[in-house]
Parts: sequence; structure tokens; C-alpha cells
Amino acid sequence: MAILLLADHDHAGLSGQTAKTLTAALQIGGDVHILVAGPNARPAAEAAARLAGVAKVLLTDSGTFEHVLAEPLADLIVSLAPGYDTILAAATSTGKNVMPRVAALLDVAQVSDIIEVLAPDIFKRPIYAGNAIQTVQTTDAIRVITVRTAAFAATAGGAAVPIEPVAAVAERGLASFVDETASISDRPELASARVIISGGRALGSLEKFNEVILPVADKLGAAVGASRAAVDAGYAPNDWQVGQTGKIVAPQLYIAVGISGAIQHLAGMKDSKVIVAINKDVDAPIFQIADYGLVADLFEALPELEKAL
Amino acid sequence: MKILVPVKRVVDFNVKIRVKPDGSGVDLQNVKMSMNPFDEIAVEEALRLKEAGKAEEVVVVSIGPAKAEETLRTALAMGADRAILVETDDAVEPLAIAKILKGIVEAESPGLVILGKQAIDDDSNQTGQMLAALLGWGQGTFASKVELADGQVAVTREIDGGLQTVSVRLPAVITTDLRLNEPRYASLPNIMKAKKKPLEKTTPADFGVAIAARLRILKTEEPVRRIAGVKVGSVAELVDKLKTEAGVL
Repeated sequence: MAILLLADHDHAGLSGQTAKTLTAALQIGGDVHILVAGPNARPAAEAAARLAGVAKVLLTDSGTFEHVLAEPLADLIVSLAPGYDTILAAATSTGKNVMPRVAALLDVAQVSDIIEVLAPDIFKRPIYAGNAIQTVQTTDAIRVITVRTAAFAATAGGAAVPIEPVAAVAERGLASFVDETASISDRPELASARVIISGGRALGSLEKFNEVILPVADKLGAAVGASRAAVDAGYAPNDWQVGQTGKIVAPQLYIAVGISGAIQHLAGMKDSKVIVAINKDVDAPIFQIADYGLVADLFEALPELEKAL
Repeated sequence: MKILVPVKRVVDFNVKIRVKPDGSGVDLQNVKMSMNPFDEIAVEEALRLKEAGKAEEVVVVSIGPAKAEETLRTALAMGADRAILVETDDAVEPLAIAKILKGIVEAESPGLVILGKQAIDDDSNQTGQMLAALLGWGQGTFASKVELADGQVAVTREIDGGLQTVSVRLPAVITTDLRLNEPRYASLPNIMKAKKKPLEKTTPADFGVAIAARLRILKTEEPVRRIAGVKVGSVAELVDKLKTEAGVL
């Protein structure tokens, strides 16, 4: 049977999450159809059609899906469900919002946040903020899954496959969009960055955070992250938060600055390829998982690092 | 308006959990249990709406073992008016929880259901969305701000890359994120008072819900541990190692 994959996109383009979710879908096995829903979303659909391994792309060109509200999007997915035995999406804020709604409407369980595909119906997923890993087997006729994309590599590009139009569903008017405030930044996004530098409570203030972390981030072309403690203290905006309750990331290089390494933070970054920790406290738990640890005053080490790069 | 707040009894967030060596699960023997932190935020939000005159009654419900009564008493001590315990010793998956909650919603007719976005034990992040789907209601998930207006609730949601505000028609389901509020502590007099507040006991069968698991848990294991690397003596040495040894610069 076939697999329906909900694309993560902004209409004009596809996010990197989709190619990673596709890897998980291909490991499950079957013809993968990518669903792109949104007004003027053909560019995103065309990008999806060029991902290696996709069988076809379904495009619902409708204003109903402009702000990807869960209610109509779930109804659309459910209308397509009879042709599929697996429906999956990246565990982004959209995927997390809509997929449980789909599962309930189909009367099936959802497997959240898979990190490994062991068999078409057997998956590994983290529980207790990643402090335990569960192996679960689904028993429902349709599997509804969200994918922790940090655990999967992106598929490569390939030859373009056909894009088929799909009809929108009737809007039930349960919810409507009011507004959106995107954090505007010239820096790479946390979810897809190759390098991330994150600051913790030791930065001491918003001013110091910006003064010390941002120049190094600019030099490295890095995304900027923060620990929950730093976010709660107001040193950094909430959407910079890396951790179990923030973003889960796995860059090539993760530099943790003045972060002690609470379990909640480690859960969000421990799959990074190389971890660097800079901390004054030699006993900070972050050093237990860091590949390279530097015991130093961050206010001296960071300006020095900026110069050395 | 009545507000329904489902709460879950989970391992306290400060406890370092231990995976059983035989892979059968997480050891819950003699471990401190508390209300799921996101659910505490849900109780607090409901109480604030009541205190602002936007709601008349806050009803808390928990589905779990007899000891979940403690969790409900905590919510009552915070200020909830009454509690419902749906007693079962079985592990109940989010879909079955949502079905039981649907039964309670049909009996209680709340205008709003507020619950945590996820429980910190199974980290599913499903119940609120599933409940909204089963009821045919709108949902405002991962809320960092809630404003009730005429027949609508404006919910500001924490989404990837920013904040989104949606207006959801009432009745509705809201799931809480961390920044919605800071829950209050129950005072001693309120803890004493909570012991006398009404608590009704029911079972999943009363709602005609089959709670048989749809997911088979084959194994629970420790995550792969990273091994600590080396300490470097200077920034220069760090940069050198990142360039030559790790090859990431």
C-alpha cells in the first residue's frame, strides 16, 4: 500500500523537514505520495516532486490552507486516507497540531516522534524527555506517525515526478487565523542549521547574550539557540529554545556556552555530530557529553574565539 | 461557563528515571509522583479565567489509578471546584483517554477544555487534539496566551519560528505551553479545604470506552550514552581541533 506524507512548506518552498521525513517514509516502504496543501503552493509541490524516492505529489491549491490550521487540514488528510496504510508528517508544530486530529478521526493510535524505523510497523521513540527509548509496534490498519527529523538524514534530489491536483474539503469554520509574528532573522533556522551556538543562564542578561554570542554566530554563519533557563530569564526569545520543550536539533557542530546541561536541554541537542562546551564550572554535566570541553570564563573565551575564527 | 481540566499523575519532573534492566519499562516503584507540569498550567489558566469572571466552575478530571486522587486533590487545593476520577490500573493510551474525556464532556457540557500539551512521561502530545477531533471542536494548541471573547477564544500559539494567534469558536479545546502562566502553590488552609471538596469516582466502562492498547510496547531501553570527549586548554587549541580533528570548521 501507499504512504501519504504531509509536506512541511511555506507555499513558496519546501522546508528541509520534508526530505528528512521522506527518508523515514522510504524506510517504512511503499509508494510515497507527498501532500502539499496551500494557496499558490505549486513551487513547494515542484520542490517535493524532485525529491528522490517520491512516487507522486498531490497538490491542493486552496486558500483554506494558507495558515495550515489543524481543523481543515485534518479533514483533507482524512478524505485522502482510504488509499493509504501509513500517514506521516514531521514532528513540527504543524505536524504535532494536525496529526493526532487525523488519528482520532480515523480511530487509530498515533506513534509520536519516531527516531528509528525497525520494521514497517515497529518504531523507536523517546519517552521521558529522551531518558528512555521505547520500541513500539502498531496494530491499527492505518499507521499515523510523526517523525523526529533530527534523527533522519535528508533524501537527495531526483528526477521530477508528476503533480496531481486534489480537491479541497469544505471548511467547517471551527477556527480562523488572526495574525502571526515570525521572528525575522538573517541567520539560518535552528532546525536546519549546520552550526548552532547556544547560550545559557551564565550570559547574565539580554545585552550580554547579544554582545557575546551573536558576533561568533555571525562569524560561523551559525543559528543561535538558548537554554530554557536563558529563555525564561528573558535573555533570548522563546523560539531560540533548544531542548525537550523547545527545538530538537542535530547540527554538525553545536557550541554550548554557559549552559550547565540540564536533562531538558541535553534532550534537544545530544544527537549533534560534534558538541563543544564552554563553561566556567568544571563539574557542569554538559562536559559529560561534550566532544570538546573548554573550562573558561565565557566572557573572555568567546571574544577570543571570534578573533580566532 | 464551565471549564473542564484533565490532569495526569506522572513521575515528578525532578526525578531521574531508571529504566528496568529487563527492558520491561521504567521503574515506578517508590518514585515521587506529581501532577504533569503542563496540566498544572492548565489548572492555573482555568482558575484565572474563573477569577476574572469569565467562568463559573472549574472541574478537574483524572484517568488513572486510585492514587490519582492525590493529583485531583492538588488541583482542588489550587482552587478547582470539584473532581472526577476515572479509575483504572491499566495504562491508557491517548486515544482512549480522549474517548473517555469525550464522554465526560457530553455529561458536563463545558465551554472550554484546557489541558497540558503533553505529559512528561510518554511525551505523546496527542490527547487535546484527539479530543477536539472526536468532539468536532476547534483547537488552540501550545497556547502562550488565552483571551475569551464573545463566543470565541483567541489563542496565541507557540509555533516553529514565532507565534500564531487563532480565533477558535466555542466550545473549544486548548492545550497549554510553558509560557502561558506560572501556576500557584496551594496554601495549607486550601489543602485542608480541598479534602472536603466533592470527588466523584467512575470507571472507563461507565463511558463505554474500551481501553485495550493499540500499541504494543516491545521494549524500553536506556538511550545510547555519549562518551565525554577531551578537555582543551585554550581557545586556540579548540579551534585547531575543530578544524583538523573534527573537520567541522
